[in-house]
Amino acid sequence: MSTSTLLINSKFAVGSRAALAERATKIAVDRLNFYYGRTQALQNISIKIPEQMVMAFIGPSGCGKTTFLRTLNRMNDVIPGTRVEGSVLIDDQDIYAPGSDVVDLRRKVGMVFQKSNPFPKSIFDNVAYGLRINHLSASKTELEDRVEQALQDAALWSEVKDRLKSSALSLSGGQQQRLCIARALAIRPEVILMDEPASALDPIATSKIEELIVDLKKQYTIVIVTHNMQQAARVSDLTAFFLLGKLIEVNTTEKMFTAPAEKVTEDYITGRFG
Amino acid sequence: MEVHRHLDEELDTLRSSVLRLGGEAEAALIKTMRALTERDSAVAQEVLEHDDEIDQLEVEVDRQCVDIFALRQPAARDLRFVMSVAKMAPVLERIADHASNIARGAIDLNKEPEPKDYSRLRKMGEIASSMLGASLDAFTKNDAAAAREVIKRDAEINALHNQIFHELIEMMTEEPSTATRNARLLFVAKHLERIGDYVTDICELTVYMAEAAIIKHTH
Repeated sequence: MSTSTLLINSKFAVGSRAALAERATKIAVDRLNFYYGRTQALQNISIKIPEQMVMAFIGPSGCGKTTFLRTLNRMNDVIPGTRVEGSVLIDDQDIYAPGSDVVDLRRKVGMVFQKSNPFPKSIFDNVAYGLRINHLSASKTELEDRVEQALQDAALWSEVKDRLKSSALSLSGGQQQRLCIARALAIRPEVILMDEPASALDPIATSKIEELIVDLKKQYTIVIVTHNMQQAARVSDLTAFFLLGKLIEVNTTEKMFTAPAEKVTEDYITGRFG
Repeated sequence: MEVHRHLDEELDTLRSSVLRLGGEAEAALIKTMRALTERDSAVAQEVLEHDDEIDQLEVEVDRQCVDIFALRQPAARDLRFVMSVAKMAPVLERIADHASNIARGAIDLNKEPEPKDYSRLRKMGEIASSMLGASLDAFTKNDAAAAREVIKRDAEINALHNQIFHELIEMMTEEPSTATRNARLLFVAKHLERIGDYVTDICELTVYMAEAAIIKHTH
């Protein structure tokens, strides 16, 4: 893996840049174009995402941030008429190369969606689902251990350990979202993509998800799309601003929110956009 | 757009409030130097009586900053502006405090025989008030280059302070009977020297606000 060379404007150098520069690149995107039929949704995106960091994608609705997030584990493949140009390397492997194993990719790159989507099964079975279908546990004991570990990592274990057989649908919205995170963690991905994971939650549930994101980055590379700029400021190390399908600026989150390099970024962040 | 208009209005109000505080501090400094050099204790008393109002202005600016931080969560240039104002308000209030301290000294000095020469102290006061005015102009225009020029002038005040300090110490040694009066003059010189330092702080905040550059402790 190559050392990350982040697109950080040197005019606004900060102390944390040195720490960031030492991080290996987990995801390297080079000149990516994406089309829905004839409509180009992403234009010439190049970005490097360092491992074990949280990168937030921000921008107005329709700017392409969610589309871009979904290119990182080929979730857009399921939409007819879409086309990708350029490359997305994860650990130096091009995920769009012919013969690339999409199932293996999605095992490595987990995803959490805006709306929690637990299966209509028990809490235990939700987390065990991916382990079972992928044959990732050799015994019942190992399965139970990995379910417990995933629930602990998702900061949910203490709330559900006495009712693992209860329906997942009996959990609150915030708990359901953490259950979905536990389900993603159970198969031990390396990257977690989050598409507005707290937008439907109340402030306390949101706070738990945000604390969880910060804890999870010790083990995972996390990319989060959020409309909530304060959330991006709270949880991310790096922030990327998208506009009209283009990547306008990538910067450390501190710099993005105190002194962005681009005027259009500043206009967006200060709410004077348009 | 409504939310942004409200924020802009609040930022404009904050700007007006801090400039009013700055204007009051500048006026206090000019008046106190007049009270000293023209030996006018009534003017000195006016400066002292006005100080509470300046304190209240500082509290008001502080409250406006807290409200904007809490309710608007400003970012980027807005954040730097509110942050700079929040740090600038107590600095301006301190400048007014120093002006009050000089006024107290002036009232005491005016009861004693007139010193031979106020010219150096007058000069210090002129430079300090000119620097303060220029620093507030630079802040108003968001002009970092102008703020940097003001910072350079602090050396003039420091040099004058050194001269005055040595002259007064010499006089106190040669004529011990002048010790009380000259000690008071020493304090006046020290207050003016500190005002120069505070003006430098204001200029550093303007540079941060305009360029996001932290120049504190670098010059």
